[in-house]
Amino acid sequence: MLSIVELDFGTPKSASKQAVTLSIDGRDVTVPVGTSVLRAASEAGIEIPKLCATELLEAFGSCRLCLVQIEGMKGYPASCTTPVAAGMKVTTHSPKLGDVRRGVMELYLSDYPVDEAHADVAAQSELMKMAAVVGVHEVRYGFGGANHVHAERSDGTLNPLFRAKDESNPYFTFDASKCIVCSRCVRACDEQQGTLALTIQGRGFDSAVVASQNEAFMDSECVSCGACVQACPTMALTEKSLLALGAPERSAVTTCAYCGVGCSFRVEMKGEQVVRMVPNKDGGANHGHSCVKGRFAIGYVTHKDRILKPMIRAKISDPWREVSWEEAIEYTASEFKRIQAKYGRDSIGGITSSRCTNEETYLVQKLVRAGFGNNNVDTCARVCHSPTGYGLKQTLGESAGTQDFDSVMRADVIMVIGANPTDGHPVFASQMKRRLREGAKLIVADPRRIDIVRSPHIQADYHLKLRPGTNVALLNSLAHVIATEGLIDEEFVRTRCEADAFAKWRAFVCAEHNSPEAMENVTGVPARDVRAAARLYATGGNAAIYYGLGVTEHSQGSTAVMGIANLAMATGNIGREGVGVNPLRGQNNVQGSCDMGSFPHEFPGYRHVSDAATRQLFERDWGVSLRDEPGLRIPNMFEAALDGEFKALYIQGEDIAQSDPNTQHVTAALTAMECIVVQDLFLCETAKFAHVFLPGSSFLEKDGTFTNAERRVSRVRKVMQPKNGYADWEITQLLSNAMGYPMNYAHPSQIMDEIARLTPTFQGVSFARIDELGSIQWPCNAEHPDGTPTMHVHEFVRGKGKFMLTEYVPTTEKVNAKFPLILTTGRILSQYNVGAQTRRTQNSRWHSEDRLEIHPQDAEDRGIKDGDWVGIESRAGQTVLRATLSERMQPGVVYTTFHFPFSGANVITTENSDWATNCPEYKVTAVQVMRVNQPSDWQQRYRAFSEQQQELLAEAAAK
Amino acid sequence: MTSRSGSVDRLVAMANDIANYFHSEPDRKLAIDGVVGHIMRFWEPRMRSKLIAYFTEHGGEGLSELAHAAVAKLASPPQRA
Repeated sequence: MLSIVELDFGTPKSASKQAVTLSIDGRDVTVPVGTSVLRAASEAGIEIPKLCATELLEAFGSCRLCLVQIEGMKGYPASCTTPVAAGMKVTTHSPKLGDVRRGVMELYLSDYPVDEAHADVAAQSELMKMAAVVGVHEVRYGFGGANHVHAERSDGTLNPLFRAKDESNPYFTFDASKCIVCSRCVRACDEQQGTLALTIQGRGFDSAVVASQNEAFMDSECVSCGACVQACPTMALTEKSLLALGAPERSAVTTCAYCGVGCSFRVEMKGEQVVRMVPNKDGGANHGHSCVKGRFAIGYVTHKDRILKPMIRAKISDPWREVSWEEAIEYTASEFKRIQAKYGRDSIGGITSSRCTNEETYLVQKLVRAGFGNNNVDTCARVCHSPTGYGLKQTLGESAGTQDFDSVMRADVIMVIGANPTDGHPVFASQMKRRLREGAKLIVADPRRIDIVRSPHIQADYHLKLRPGTNVALLNSLAHVIATEGLIDEEFVRTRCEADAFAKWRAFVCAEHNSPEAMENVTGVPARDVRAAARLYATGGNAAIYYGLGVTEHSQGSTAVMGIANLAMATGNIGREGVGVNPLRGQNNVQGSCDMGSFPHEFPGYRHVSDAATRQLFERDWGVSLRDEPGLRIPNMFEAALDGEFKALYIQGEDIAQSDPNTQHVTAALTAMECIVVQDLFLCETAKFAHVFLPGSSFLEKDGTFTNAERRVSRVRKVMQPKNGYADWEITQLLSNAMGYPMNYAHPSQIMDEIARLTPTFQGVSFARIDELGSIQWPCNAEHPDGTPTMHVHEFVRGKGKFMLTEYVPTTEKVNAKFPLILTTGRILSQYNVGAQTRRTQNSRWHSEDRLEIHPQDAEDRGIKDGDWVGIESRAGQTVLRATLSERMQPGVVYTTFHFPFSGANVITTENSDWATNCPEYKVTAVQVMRVNQPSDWQQRYRAFSEQQQELLAEAAAK
Repeated sequence: MTSRSGSVDRLVAMANDIANYFHSEPDRKLAIDGVVGHIMRFWEPRMRSKLIAYFTEHGGEGLSELAHAAVAKLASPPQRA
């Protein structure tokens, strides 16, 4: 069912700039060329009845309700499929049209069940609303005869047209007896989602919606995005939560707390209870679409695992003690002060959360800099996109992507490198797929055959299946082709880029050792494919690069990012729509937390701490003197802890014990510290090593803003009181006051006002302005009062673009006889990162354990069959997973996910990291794999430790 | 627990990684300044002093040629490049 508050205009908005005027019911109406009569009427305030039409999908013309009379046209054309024409005269309501529409409705209702149990929800369905609008008072056909409603016919025999309810999907029900075959679901799965899992089977009265080969939804290709459920006008497809809880009363707009797409949602509520999440059709990033996580996987907010009371303990072998907020905050402050007094000002620090709001991360870094008196603050971007920050700052001058998502619709060539968008950024991937189905070309550089390489109506023109760790070699060979074959956009480079740096770069890439032929043995990619792909990128029209952690999480992560920027600059693919360098940021607010100064070397707005003018600006506003030297990054914090110099950490919403590499190293460091404070929703892995647990709030329980991968700042709205008592920003404020640094914000909007005051790129941002515009892409200031969808349009942020040298340096992580395979890691659609949220929802039905994907050849060499338990060992450690044989892998490369702590995926990853930022090289670990019959030593110790920690938690609640 | 020398090993490895990047810069002075600048901009002061102390007291064994030259420059006053 569509959102209860949105007005649906019937067919998509036309992008045409030309206008045309027609007459509807005697009134002149002016709309863009290409608009349907249905939409033109709706925009003029005239609602023509409709059932199969929705502005989220192209017109279809099946329900026959929207019929109108048009002067000069025969019969009763469907207004949804009729485009406007100049001078057209339309009549939308007349006695004859009323008769026709009533007749159509009667037919629908004669084959539709009465659902008394859910009458309140049914009343909100479009079918029932249309029945009332059209004015059906009786169904003259009666309810006997052939139908799809009853399991048995009147003579007691089985009704062959009846299909039982499909309740296989945990989140929605498919009741075929209510289906009117309007095909909205089929079209949604096609146009919006791009999975094409649904179809109409049979013809005429036999027609039925089926999933894949007439399977249960759960067994089919359905990815549970819910677009069909949203589109369904008759309740055939309905959210289970809607059926269980009843019709919602109100809705509020907020932003998803999962990935960096940042889908806008309408939270539909009954009192303080969430009935369902409906994607906001006005969402700038998602345009009314979502994935299984944002729409359905919100059960974690009210999960029983959620900890709601503060707890403290002196040693991690002690049971937790539930205490009041006052006591917990006082204890934390006194411990931090004691530790600073004993070990020095630099012995404590904080980690801001990329899941919390901009206002909240700003306060944590402010607390560290102004309250703790050092710059030991960092954020999860350290382990994902910190190379993006470094690399794009060096080349273009700003640590962010250059476009918005809609830009992909103007791309002619799309290059995806080191990203798996269908799994990691599904809603954006759906938009990308739409453009690919329109005919844009696709180049994919990935060691695995990810889904985007070949999916319904889409096939990559080139899949460059490179070896993990060779991104820079590949990028250099692509650049070599462009430079040596005369494909450089010389005009663009001459006017927009630094001449000296470009000259150096040109000489560098033209060197023979950077040719595709010379690099073929290194990357494993045939030279002719590299040449063809490079030519396509350089000459195929608008070319856009999308990249992810497969680029950044390497020892040459920053180098690869610079290599990507070099390619874009060399071919003039920057500064307009349809092109650009697009990092697919992972977390819902990782872009925001970086913007807010979470890095140890930068104030908000990416200004170095040694920059005197900036520092003085903050010193004046914050009323303290600030340090001008960089602080410790997260991996440096671990080293310092093991050295005995770093003793306390305030961790907001980050699970370093599960997500950081080389788990045993991390837990050794945590154990070496004296006071670890975790602010989170659940007892995460890091909390098992903590001394203070401060229960946090979910995204539904606070006001604030998130910034997505498009630099789009959107509102997060509080729809329920925080179950733990405080929003996360209030907790940081309490702690700051207890530490002696006063903070007294009454509302997060005041925090954003301060950010705007102190950060030029945010100068025009405020809660009020966001409400006016819907969302704002920074920079938003006097030059760009409405924000900036496309960056570097006339000049780069740093003035002229700077080409950077990107010599390929092989990783030190080499395969050898002992560890002959390469392990690379990644994500899947249904589970999210460390799984803290999604494991506590029904999403585990799709992925209940992490598996090791291995090529059949490698498996056969080791006697491994699908489903066998296998040990994976690296020089860092060992763990055990079940194996899945897959031809998506290439021989020599294995793959796993890290969504379950017991998998110990990070026990195996090493301390190797990006040279510039210490971003861990998760994507390349040399391993050996063999069959085993019991969990690894680490897993057995982990299980024992975890069980013990759960008992210590239970003791707290029992008191 | 990792010993003191363990954390210096890590710093040496990190310095070498940075030097490996700047190795491609044909201008030697720019290469050295690049490594020095990077360490000054991104390394916390205690990390820098540890590495400098290792260089001064133990000759900086394990540092690559370019990294060695850069740390030498870091070790000689004035520290800000």
